[in-house]
Amino acid sequence: MTADHIVRFENVQKSYDGESLVVKNLNLNVERGEFLTMLGPSGSGKTTCLMMLAGFEPATHGEIFLNEQPINNVPPHKRGIGMVFQNYALFPHMTVAENLAFPLEVRKLPKADVEAKVKRALEMVQLPEFGGRRPAQLSGGQQQRVAVARALVFEPDLVLMDEPLGALDKNLREEMQYEIKHIHDNLGVSVVYVTHDQSEALTMSNRVAVFDDGVIQQLAAPDVLYEEPVNAFVAYFIGENNRLLGTVREVTGDYCMVELDGGGGVVKALAINIGGVGSRTTLSLRPERVVLSPAEGAVPNVLTGTVKELIYLGDHIRTRMTVSGNDEFIVKVPNAHGHASLKAGDTVQLGWVAEDSRALDAPQDGGPA
Amino acid sequence: MADTTMTTADGIPLKVSLRKALMRQKMRALMLVAPLFFFLFITFVMPILDMLFRSVDNSIVPDILPRTVLALEEWDPDVVDVPPEAAFEAMVKDIQEGYEAKTIGRVGRRLNFENPGMSSLFRKSGRRTKKINEAPYKEALIAIDDRWGESQTWRVIKKLSPKYTASYFLQAVDMQETVDGEITWQPEEYQVYLNLFWRTLVMSGIITILTIILGYPVAYLLATLPLRTSNLLMILVLLPFWTSLLVRTTSWIALLQTQGILNDLFVLVGLVDDDDRLQMIHNQFGTIVAMTHILLPFMILPLYSVMKTIPPSYMRAARSMGANPALAFVRVYMPNTVSGVGAGSILVFILAIGYYITPALVGGRTGTFISNYIATYISGAAQNWGLAAALGIILLALVLVLYLLYDKIVGIDNMKLG
Ligand SMILES: Nc1ncnc2c1ncn2[C@@H]1O[C@H](COP(=O)(O)OP(=O)(O)OP(=O)(O)O)[C@@H](O)[C@H]1O
Ligand SMILES: [Mg+2]
Repeated sequence: MTADHIVRFENVQKSYDGESLVVKNLNLNVERGEFLTMLGPSGSGKTTCLMMLAGFEPATHGEIFLNEQPINNVPPHKRGIGMVFQNYALFPHMTVAENLAFPLEVRKLPKADVEAKVKRALEMVQLPEFGGRRPAQLSGGQQQRVAVARALVFEPDLVLMDEPLGALDKNLREEMQYEIKHIHDNLGVSVVYVTHDQSEALTMSNRVAVFDDGVIQQLAAPDVLYEEPVNAFVAYFIGENNRLLGTVREVTGDYCMVELDGGGGVVKALAINIGGVGSRTTLSLRPERVVLSPAEGAVPNVLTGTVKELIYLGDHIRTRMTVSGNDEFIVKVPNAHGHASLKAGDTVQLGWVAEDSRALDAPQDGGPA
Repeated sequence: MADTTMTTADGIPLKVSLRKALMRQKMRALMLVAPLFFFLFITFVMPILDMLFRSVDNSIVPDILPRTVLALEEWDPDVVDVPPEAAFEAMVKDIQEGYEAKTIGRVGRRLNFENPGMSSLFRKSGRRTKKINEAPYKEALIAIDDRWGESQTWRVIKKLSPKYTASYFLQAVDMQETVDGEITWQPEEYQVYLNLFWRTLVMSGIITILTIILGYPVAYLLATLPLRTSNLLMILVLLPFWTSLLVRTTSWIALLQTQGILNDLFVLVGLVDDDDRLQMIHNQFGTIVAMTHILLPFMILPLYSVMKTIPPSYMRAARSMGANPALAFVRVYMPNTVSGVGAGSILVFILAIGYYITPALVGGRTGTFISNYIATYISGAAQNWGLAAALGIILLALVLVLYLLYDKIVGIDNMKLG
C-alpha cells in the first residue's frame, strides 16, 4: 500500500557535473502529515534532494512522485509545494502583508479572501500587528516567522524547509523549533525539513533520514536512531558514542563475541551489522550506559580503564579514560549522592550489558552500509 | 560640589578632550584628501565660477569706452535722437586711445553680437579718428561714417554700457532685449537654441531608453550565468573601455556611411537600390546608434552591480508560491532592480546631454547636440565666450534639476553604482 505517501523518491540519482553522483539511488517515502527531517553533514546532498522535490533541479535518473503523480516534468510553480529558505527570501520591496498575499494573488483569489487569509496567517505566527512593515524592519526571528507563514498561507499539503533556523541564535532557534513543531501539529501539513543540527532533528521530527555521501544511512524515528543505530556512521553522527574496534570471534544468535584491539579482552555484544567470524567490527557504546565499578557478576563485560580527564558539568561528570587502547573513551558519571570520586590517573573497573553495545561495520572495509 | 559635567582623569571636561581627539583625526583625514581637493578646485570649481562670471560679464564696453559710457549716462534716446556733442568728443578720445592700445577691435566684435555691422564701423573709424583733434567732433565722426549720426548706433552702445548683462542668457533661450529695453522673442529665423536644447534632451532620452532595453538582458546574464561564462561576457562588456572613443566612433562611420559596409550589404542582398543607398550617418540616426553603443557599459555596470545582490532564492520563492517564470520576473525581480535602472539612466542621460565628440563626428546637421554649438562659440570665427558660458550654465542647471528630480522620486541613497 502506497496510498498515503505524499512524496515518493524512486531510484533517484543526481549528478551536477556528469562525473560524480551527489545523490546515489535514493528511495524515500514521506507519509502524509509526517515531519520528516533530512540530517547529514555538509555536502551530503540534502539540499539537492529538496531542490529536486521543489522542481528547481532536475533528477538525473529516477522518478519523484507527489501524491502518487510523477512530477519530473511539472514546473515548480505548478507543484503547489510551500517552501522556507535559509535566508528567508522575503521580498524586500513588499510589506509583510504583501509578501503573504503574493501566493494568493498569484492564484487569483478574491480580495476579501486574501485579506482574511493573510490576517489568519499573521495571527498563526503571532505577528498580527506587523502586516504593514517591510521585511528589513523585522528582527531575524520575526522574519523567520513571516517566511513560515508565507509558505503556509496558500495551504499547501507539503512544506519544504531548508535549514530555516540556521541564521538564528541558540535561544531563538529553540523557541522557533517549538513553534514550527506546534504549527505542524495543528495544521497536519507534511513537512520535509533539512538541517545539520542533530538535536533539532531529534526534537522536531517524526522520522529522521540520516544522509551521508548521497545515501540515506538510516531512516527511523529519533529514539530508534539514537538507541539502535544500524551502522557506525549513524552511531557516530547521532549523539555521543564510544567506538571500540575489534574482530568477531564467535556468533551465536543475536549476539557475538568480539575480541577488542588493544588487549581489552573478549566482550559480548549485539550482532547488528557484521560479517562472519573473523571479520572486523566497530563496537558502539553510549557513554551513559557504561557503569563504573560494577558489582561482581552484574554485567557480562568488565574492563579496566585509566582516568585521563574529568570535566565537571553539574548534573554529571564527563570522564575521559583510556580503555583497551582507546584514550577517547567517555563515561558520563551521574552526580548522584555518594558517587565514586575519581582523580586523573586512577584505574577503575568499568562494564556494560551486552544489549548496550552494538557490533557494527568496521571503518574502511567496504562493508554493507 | 554637585558638578554634573564629566571630566577626564586630568580634570579637562570630557567633551573638550573628545572634541580635541576627534579634531586630530579629522585633520589627518583632510590632509589625505588635500591634493585631490586642490586639484578639483583648480580644474572644476574655478572653471565653473569663471563660466558663471563670463555669462553675465559685459566689461568690454565700459572698460574700453569709459568716457563715452559716462557721457551717455545723461542722454535719453526717447527725448533726443542723437547724443550731445560731449558724447562724440568722448567717443573720439576713447577710440583714439583704444586704437593705440589695439583694444578697439574687441569693442567692435562685442557690439557686433547685438548689431551686425558695428565691427566694421569701429575698424573703419579706428584708423581715421587719429586725425581728429578739435571740435566739432560730431561732424568729424559723421564724416567718417554716416552711421555715427544714427540713433541706433548710440542706443546699442548705451544698452551695453552696464558692467553686467542678461543678454547672453536671453540669447541662449532665443530671446533678446531690444534697444528700447523690451524683452521679446528673437525673429523666427534666428531661433535655434531652444530647439537645440529640446533636441539634445529628446535624443539623450531615446539613447537612455535604448541602453536600458539593450543593457538589461546583458546585465541579467552577467549576474546569473556561471562564473566562467559571465567573466567572459564581462570582458566583452568592458572591451569598449579599452578602445579609443575615436576609433569606436569612426568605425560606426565605416559601417553606416552610404558607401559603407551595411549599405553595401543591403545592395548586395537587394534590399535597397544602388542609386538610393540609405543615409544612416551624419544625422540623428547615426548619433543615436553610435552613442547608444558608446554609453551602453554605463548602463550595464550599475544594473549588474544591483542584480548581483539579488539572491536567486527570491525567484525560487516566487515560483514555489505559484508564480510562473514571467510573473515572478516582473513582480519580484524587476522591482528589485529599480535602483540600478535609475542609477544607470541618470548616468547615461547626464553623459549624453553633455556629449561632444561623437555627435560632432557623426551628427551631421540634424544630429548635433547643444555641446557642439557651445564648442563653436569657444574658439574660431564665431567666438563668443558670454554666449558659450550662458548655454553651458543652462545645461548645468538642467542636469542639476534632473538630479534633484531623481533624488525626489527614486532617492539618491537607493542609487547603486557598483
Ligand atoms: N549547483 C551546483 N552545481 C554543482 N555542484 C553542486 C551544486 N549544488 C550542490 N553541489 C554539490 O553537490 C553536493 C551536495 O550539495 P548539497 O547542497 O545538496 O549539500 P547539503 O547536504 O545541502 O550541504 P549543507 O549542509 O552544507 O547545505 C556538494 O558536494 C556540492 O558541492
Ligand atoms: Mg544545504
